[in-house]
Amino acid sequence: MRIEKHPILQFDRGEKVTFLFNGQEMEGYTHETIAAALHAAGVRELGHSQNLDRPRGLFCAIGNCSSCFMTVDGEPNVRVCVTKLKQGMVVEEQHGKGVVKG
Amino acid sequence: MIRDVEVLVIGGGPAGLCAAKAAADSGAHVLLLERDDTPGGQLVKQTHKFFGSERQFAGTRGFQIGEMLVDEINAHENIELMTDATVLGMYEDGIVTVLKDEKHLKLRPVKTIIATGAAEKFLTFPNNDLPGIYGAGAVQTLMNVGGVKPADKVVMVGAGNIGLIVSYQMLQAGVEVECVVEALPNIGGFLVHASKLRRAGVPILTRWTVKEAYGNGKLEGVILCQLDDKWQQIPGTEKDVPCDTLCLAVGLTPLAELAWQAGARCEYIRELSGHVPICDENLMTTVEGLYCAGDVSGIEEASSAMVEGRLAGYAVAVALGYDVENAQKEVDAAKAELVELRSGPMGGKIRAGIAKVEQKRGEA
Amino acid sequence: MLINDGIPTAEDLAKVLPSEERLNKGPIAITECFQEIACNPCVAACPHHAISMEPDINATPKVDPDKCIGCRVCVAKCPGLAIFVVDMTQSEGTAAVTFPFEYIPVPEKGQLACGLNRAGEEMGWFPVLRAVSGGKKNLTYMITLEVPKELAMEVRNIKAGGYRDGK
Repeated sequence: MRIEKHPILQFDRGEKVTFLFNGQEMEGYTHETIAAALHAAGVRELGHSQNLDRPRGLFCAIGNCSSCFMTVDGEPNVRVCVTKLKQGMVVEEQHGKGVVKG
Repeated sequence: MIRDVEVLVIGGGPAGLCAAKAAADSGAHVLLLERDDTPGGQLVKQTHKFFGSERQFAGTRGFQIGEMLVDEINAHENIELMTDATVLGMYEDGIVTVLKDEKHLKLRPVKTIIATGAAEKFLTFPNNDLPGIYGAGAVQTLMNVGGVKPADKVVMVGAGNIGLIVSYQMLQAGVEVECVVEALPNIGGFLVHASKLRRAGVPILTRWTVKEAYGNGKLEGVILCQLDDKWQQIPGTEKDVPCDTLCLAVGLTPLAELAWQAGARCEYIRELSGHVPICDENLMTTVEGLYCAGDVSGIEEASSAMVEGRLAGYAVAVALGYDVENAQKEVDAAKAELVELRSGPMGGKIRAGIAKVEQKRGEA
Repeated sequence: MLINDGIPTAEDLAKVLPSEERLNKGPIAITECFQEIACNPCVAACPHHAISMEPDINATPKVDPDKCIGCRVCVAKCPGLAIFVVDMTQSEGTAAVTFPFEYIPVPEKGQLACGLNRAGEEMGWFPVLRAVSGGKKNLTYMITLEVPKELAMEVRNIKAGGYRDGK
């Protein structure tokens, strides 16, 4: 859920865009990170641990901790907490170490 | 190709912004690197008014201070700001490598100020990796930068300033804050922060901790329990608290990796919350020309980080011979400000840490 | 105890409460700031130079009861939201309590709001006398509530939302 009214802050979310999360179309904004857009849509499970494949969510949200690795437009191990959303992005859950294609 | 840089500042948070401005105001040419796409560091998500005195912008909200500093940096002809730029390495020959727009840049700075800040600490308990267990800073980012409601119902761990402030900010964003638990016998943050939370009805439970978290694929609740005087969990005191979010505000640790890489002497100092570079009174590390400012050399309030940035920036100007008389005056003023900020009862920990740094310096 | 639950005790409060005589003369600021931290915006905020801090920025503030006129300027300036203004002369049976407020929605003058004490406990429904913004940059509201005199030293906040119209 997005915060519509806040006592202190105003949010400039940028333009509305659509993106694919595990094949499902979702909406978000260009000034949001992928993680924020997913969170607003109720998706909290982002990465997965490499060995036991346990679901992981955000931990630091500023690109320090690697808890939120996902595959974005085919590129694995993207820190979705610091990657801004773009129109048409393809965001996928990642399991294991991730493979760099090509 | 190697690019020559006069003053390199790494990190665009409160310390880095103030360092860049101080050096540039004195006449030096500064390249300021920020790994995020917007400078400001963690100031951008601080919605509360800062403490301290007028020189540290007391009474102004953190994000407003950030905007002010960034505007000054952007308008400054002696400062080049490079965002989305991550420093990858600092080499023994003085070369600094940077990742910028998928390109690998090589820099050769005359002076470098590291202002990389800190990372949040974690806490050990069963199921501590469930989605919904976040660092308090992450929740702040989601909520105050992303504009996303981070939780419906939250339990906060840690009654230091971050735990208290973020709990309050969650109330402002319409989140139900069930309680703040703190393992220590006393509240560690400012009591005025605790009181404003308390009079909004949020209990602060000292000598309590998280025994375990539970949930199927995501957090559904936590078991809290009381601690005895020896930090042992007291059987029979368990309390099951359903919640969708658990926030950890259990301290920060300095991000001193770059100083390590550059060969600066680092030591573990508990009072400064981790391994920190051993700096002299002008904040220069044991590597000539390499300085540290802000949380990277010991965890403190953002107000102190700004003053440290100013101190390092002017010290670099003095070392380079820019506007020496005035810059030296500013160095002395910044030192006096730091002494004042650290002189109260709340500054005991940092004073002890600095004393240890001085002692280690003497041993070398 | 304040240090382990965030609630100032009667002993803490005794250090900052003005005399009964002064309270009966008119509005006055009460700084519920009990910890020595490096912070001093209240000193500069006061247009009447009634707030002092000695020997330095780490001391707790002191209000001069003769100089303070209860103008409320400091209420929105204190970064710790720890200054309140109490006017025991509001009416025969009531006092006006002003406190800082940073939630939404903000109540309107004339509405009834649920008053909370320092522990966040509900103290009853009281009329809002004023709801004044600290300014576009400051963004803290100052809410003044009319409460029975015996609650003037208890009520320090309101529950955000659910305001009622009428008396």
